[in-house]
Amino acid sequence: MATTLYDKIWDAHLVDQREDGTCLLYIDRHLVHEVTSPQAFEGLRNSSRKVRRPDLTLAVADHNVPTTDRSKGIDDEESRIQIEALDKNCLDFGIELYGMNDIRQGICHVIGPEQGFTLPGTTMVCGDSHTATHGAFGCLAFGIGTSEVEHVLATQTMIQTKAKNMRVTVNGSLPTGVTAKDMILRIIGEIGTAGGTGSVIEFSGEAVSELTIEGRMTMCNMTIEGGARAGLVAPDQKTFDYLMGRPKSPKGASWETAIDYWKSLKSDDGAKFEIEIALDAEDIAPQVTWGTSPEDVLPITGRVPSPNNESDTNKKAKMQRSLDYMGLEPGMLLEDIKIDKMFIGSCTNSRIEDLRLAAKVANGQKVADHVDALVVPGSGLVKEQAEKEGLDEIFVSAGFDWREPGCSMCLAMNADKLQPGERSASTSNRNFEGRQGPGGRTHLVSPAMAAAAAIKGHLVDVRSFNID
Amino acid sequence: MKKFDKLTAVAAPLPLINVDTDMIIPARFLKTIKRTGLGQSLFHTLRFDENGSEREDFVLNKSAYKDAKILITGANFGCGSSREHAPWALDDFGIRCVIAPDFADIFFNNSFKNGILLIKLPQKEVDDLMEVAERGANSTMTIDLETQEIISSDGKSIKFELDPFKKHCLLNGLDDIGLTMEKEKKIGTFEENQKVTQPWL
Repeated sequence: MATTLYDKIWDAHLVDQREDGTCLLYIDRHLVHEVTSPQAFEGLRNSSRKVRRPDLTLAVADHNVPTTDRSKGIDDEESRIQIEALDKNCLDFGIELYGMNDIRQGICHVIGPEQGFTLPGTTMVCGDSHTATHGAFGCLAFGIGTSEVEHVLATQTMIQTKAKNMRVTVNGSLPTGVTAKDMILRIIGEIGTAGGTGSVIEFSGEAVSELTIEGRMTMCNMTIEGGARAGLVAPDQKTFDYLMGRPKSPKGASWETAIDYWKSLKSDDGAKFEIEIALDAEDIAPQVTWGTSPEDVLPITGRVPSPNNESDTNKKAKMQRSLDYMGLEPGMLLEDIKIDKMFIGSCTNSRIEDLRLAAKVANGQKVADHVDALVVPGSGLVKEQAEKEGLDEIFVSAGFDWREPGCSMCLAMNADKLQPGERSASTSNRNFEGRQGPGGRTHLVSPAMAAAAAIKGHLVDVRSFNID
Repeated sequence: MKKFDKLTAVAAPLPLINVDTDMIIPARFLKTIKRTGLGQSLFHTLRFDENGSEREDFVLNKSAYKDAKILITGANFGCGSSREHAPWALDDFGIRCVIAPDFADIFFNNSFKNGILLIKLPQKEVDDLMEVAERGANSTMTIDLETQEIISSDGKSIKFELDPFKKHCLLNGLDDIGLTMEKEKKIGTFEENQKVTQPWL
């Protein structure tokens, strides 16, 4: 029978299946961070349980870490306690940890691929919803809660029922100035934030094949914003080239055997998808969100929509609430929205290609006087690479602030945040009320669009910058 | 885990769609290494104004709903982050059951691991219950997990569907790590096989 990529990875990890369909799935890789793990380790201690496979577990502090000089430690007491708890837990349970001052430290979804910890055909979990990122490698990756983190630590398995197969095909090639971020925002606008609920989405089509691995990561990263359990892209030569020689990638004869297996990881012709969506890449323009849900998205050339044009009462009420929160009037041009802050970073867009793209826009320009612009690389290694290429100098001389790696203003757990009423252009993944600080207003965009907005001081179509 | 069998309590109406986990509990309250005490941060922005005073118009601040243990709400409740602090906050506040047309997947799983029953019903039935819930302290409902029915104050009964495994764990307050550990032999065999088929892992 023809099967999907998801079916294949699922079947290869099935440990047990109950009569009612509940399955026990083996987990090959587990990423752990400071915010969602302390209670899980506490649970293990309380029941005198061990970590079954510390060798399949990798830990890093990312959500809480300051992005300013941290050689003297962390001022915020609660953050410090959480990070110290991670240090202690990793030591006690024998788990490898990239500490705050390790060059390999960074956002968990950046460092997993960077180290070759993420591999095709594997299952991965992390106590973070953006674990979907790793699907870019054909790795079945789920975001889980703390109880499940504890379950995986103790048993290296998770209890799940099988999801539906959904496929999103993007035909044709993306136009100039349009990126993977615009593509995934456009898809979420199309299917809605609950469009993928109960499904695993496989992304396919010419435009997806043409993306770099980092572009595919951006795309899979936001699968959760479409409500899906995981996103997947079938591995190809680009995937193998990206992984070759990474510290934790297979080596020698193992590498050859692995590649043979990885090449078999794709959906068969005629495999059945319960839900199919198709889009044309040529129709996608740079996107920007106007509301407080990632599905509230439009091309930058558009205008703020009017609740009067919405017939569904629940949606109409939500739209009015969003506009009130965002301080926007229906009918105004999106390009007329002024910003106070700009954030380039997060597990969605903080990799070297994102920084290169933003630097191209920023090169020789100046950040508008009223804008604070923050660039936060995804990891110590991304930062090092960017500095080797002189990207930091481009940013700094254009007036951008160049920071240490971490999750930063994506979720405002550390000192980087919006003040009430402030508005940002942000490369992160969520524009929820209060996400970047209480009362803060977020417009989600690509790194190129964010840099352009910082320079002009308002949302703007990056295609007017004439970069190739 | 806390057992859930039968619950009779006031139901509070929260007629919003896409209530995300940042609304349920903002990220700045996640800097804790404990599971308890999060109830005070539940729906923080909706419940409190900039000065920390209760907003009178928010449902859980109204005297009729102060003791609500059931929440009736809109579609896609719990979307966003995987933070289990969201169900921890609900539980700590006293909410044991949420009824909505649908829920985000991760939040759905997390809630059941904490003894919170989430019930999915068709929009029409949620709308009807929302109307009942709007009657304030008279909006008492009974949720019977064993028979899978909701009995509202006007005597009307609504049946609901639930995965039998989740029902079994909830009724008995079962810790599923213990259940999985009984499969240890199977897990060991899987690992042995994988060592042969995918030695690079």
